[in-house]
Amino acid sequence: MELAFVIEKVLLVSLIFVITLVIAMYSTLAERKVAGFMQDRFGPDRAGPFGILQPLCDGGKFFFKEEIIPAGAHKTLFILGPTIAIITACIGSAVIPWGQELTIGERVIELQVTDVNVGVLYMFGVVALSVYGIMLGGWASNNKFSLMGAVRAASQSISYELAMGLSLIALLMVTQSLSLKEIVVQQEGFVNWNIWVQPLGFLIFLICSFAECSRVPFDLPECETELIGGYNVEYSSMKLGLYMFAEYIHMFVSSALMATLYFGGYNFPFMNDLGLSQNWITIIGVLVFFAKIFAFIFFFMWIRWTLPRFRYDQLMNLGWKVLIPLAIANIVLTGVITVIKDTFF
Amino acid sequence: MQSLSNRKKVLEQKPMNFWERIYLPAIFKGLSITIKHFFKPIPTVRYPEVERPYSKNFRGQHSLKRDEEGRERCTACGLCALSCPAEAITMISAERQKGEEHLYREEKYAAVYEINMLRCIFCGLCEEACPKEAIYLDGPHVTADYLRKDFIYGKDKLVEPRFDYKDEHEPTA
Repeated sequence: MELAFVIEKVLLVSLIFVITLVIAMYSTLAERKVAGFMQDRFGPDRAGPFGILQPLCDGGKFFFKEEIIPAGAHKTLFILGPTIAIITACIGSAVIPWGQELTIGERVIELQVTDVNVGVLYMFGVVALSVYGIMLGGWASNNKFSLMGAVRAASQSISYELAMGLSLIALLMVTQSLSLKEIVVQQEGFVNWNIWVQPLGFLIFLICSFAECSRVPFDLPECETELIGGYNVEYSSMKLGLYMFAEYIHMFVSSALMATLYFGGYNFPFMNDLGLSQNWITIIGVLVFFAKIFAFIFFFMWIRWTLPRFRYDQLMNLGWKVLIPLAIANIVLTGVITVIKDTFF
Repeated sequence: MQSLSNRKKVLEQKPMNFWERIYLPAIFKGLSITIKHFFKPIPTVRYPEVERPYSKNFRGQHSLKRDEEGRERCTACGLCALSCPAEAITMISAERQKGEEHLYREEKYAAVYEINMLRCIFCGLCEEACPKEAIYLDGPHVTADYLRKDFIYGKDKLVEPRFDYKDEHEPTA
């Protein structure tokens, strides 16, 4: 392995890491701003112009708060909980292709940390791991409310992962590849986007990602009215901050994943008809990809300030009795259509 | 049980139909409502930078007026105290001495004039009762304070400042 390659990858990883953290940081502000505008008010706008220093103030506040570990808590697991939550949230972005390649002098730089040929499975594994952070934290707190939150998180995560996986199978039947890079390359231009061939699959995937990120209307693990805050009741200081941060990073990564899988990733309409050089197309592609991600993040927030929370039995009904049969039907439908297309056209 | 008012409505809970059960139409309806609010102008007034204009008949803190020559108009007749429904006003009158003609317009004046701002309901009846046009509720808001005794405003806070500062005999409460 040559040195330049290592440096290139380290730089790319750090850059993505920083971008992820900054976006997560400013998602907290954006969330409050969106909430404000949707409720006919301005949101926080006192710290700096338009409140852009608000996330820094919040972060600073988290660091200065007293750190409390309850007497009855399992100390190791209590600290491990938020650690796992933030790590699993961060490593998800490793397989996402952020853009095509940049050519600087002789070097061709791929804007993807690593093109794992089972990228979709890797993402899935990471998402499945993330619930451990919540479960460990909730259980280690030695508090009934956090335990309830953790149990809810676990069961919700398992229920919705099934439907999510099934909706992805239908997508993989179309793309014939598990590599995210390959999936994006196939969706060149505008008409080849997977959303046009898998609308139902996308809908199921979207609903399940809401549940996986435990966002409203599926935020039962951290529901204030029933569980006084859920799995993170006993957490204070930056440990609570890490849990919240992990949630926003999750939102960012799921938005990136949805844009990659269904909305063509960095592809944009007429990208090959503009007569631009490869580097320019790459740069515009990266910007377009981020625009798509931000649109999804906005959608996450838009939903949050529109819908009330599901009741627990409604949540389970929706997951097991509606989404899973629907996802299976989608697989069958996709199979039938593929066979018909292959035989007759 | 029979309804006495005849306004009782019995609501029956119907099972949800297909469109209600798949939630999506209702969700889109909700989303359209919130996005409409997202683009609506925001009615918030950014207070410290922007102040809302007061209504013309706003009644704020009282001020005891002076006449054109800077003399106190109040003659301590007590009509304001009498008209006050909250009994917030008290005063002690005194007779004008020789050489005080430039301070007080009438022969009798209020040596002590106190309004208890915790009692005052800002109804403006004192203003209406005054025969000498000596009291008006044209000031700003009465500010918050820590002690009850600090809400009893004397002449030091009520009498409006003199326009000419040539005179060394400032009236004292």
